[in-house]
Amino acid sequence: MPSKPAGTLYRGREGMWSWVAHRITGVGIFFFLLVHVLDTALVRVSPEAYNEVIGTYKNPIVGLMEVGLVGAILFHAFNGIRLILVDFWAKGPRNQRKLMIGVGVVWVVLFVPFVARHLTHVFGG
Amino acid sequence: MSDIAAPRSSSRARNLKGGGRNRSGQTNFELYSWLFMRLSGLALVVLVLGHLFTNLMLGDGINGLDFAFVAGKWASPLWQVWDLLMLWLAMLHGTNGMRTIINDYAEKDQTRFWLKALLLTASIVIVVLGTLVIFTFDPCLDPHSTLSVCQ
Repeated sequence: MPSKPAGTLYRGREGMWSWVAHRITGVGIFFFLLVHVLDTALVRVSPEAYNEVIGTYKNPIVGLMEVGLVGAILFHAFNGIRLILVDFWAKGPRNQRKLMIGVGVVWVVLFVPFVARHLTHVFGG
Repeated sequence: MSDIAAPRSSSRARNLKGGGRNRSGQTNFELYSWLFMRLSGLALVVLVLGHLFTNLMLGDGINGLDFAFVAGKWASPLWQVWDLLMLWLAMLHGTNGMRTIINDYAEKDQTRFWLKALLLTASIVIVVLGTLVIFTFDPCLDPHSTLSVCQ
């Protein structure tokens, strides 16, 4: 495996970084999902067990981790739609830069209101 | 006379006839997997964002989440089906994504085998557990429950 291939149009550009970010957010979301199914499964143990574990999530540290999780999910979701458009929409590849900007815009538009509301819940008690 | 090798043309014809294999003798598994990621991804955008909106944005958000909240949601068949679909699609989508990543980065056959075995085991456990939880959920698990459905 060559350790340092020659530069290409793709390498190091936004297409590569969105691909890297899609992988990293995907892996993160997958591991969260495993834990999330396990904690939800506590509803079959007892209401107290479930409430106790969910209660430990209601603190500022986990609250901020949830902000990160939702940020990752929103990126993965809309970058995924960009991928679908590049693959299936005839004009997708030609408009790939605009699609990339679109992902950023949608991400900000959905993420900012979420952060405002969620942090109000987390820190407002 | 019976042990003459089958002529190349006949095995190629057999491949072309199907048996789930394409012209180069491989199955179309990777094509279907690629298509599945896109189709399930679209469905998951709706399912997951809807899930996040109802659980974290509406009402008291994170502070409103407890056993009673789950019981209230799963009293409705809509949310039972929603969560079941989300569980299955997200786990298949995530497991297939992890499989791709293992194939890309684990170079030794042994490493790939064990990582995939671990992945498959974890995924099956989570999907089976999650499915059982949705189908067997009992809001009145606690005999002293004060939830209105249990009165």
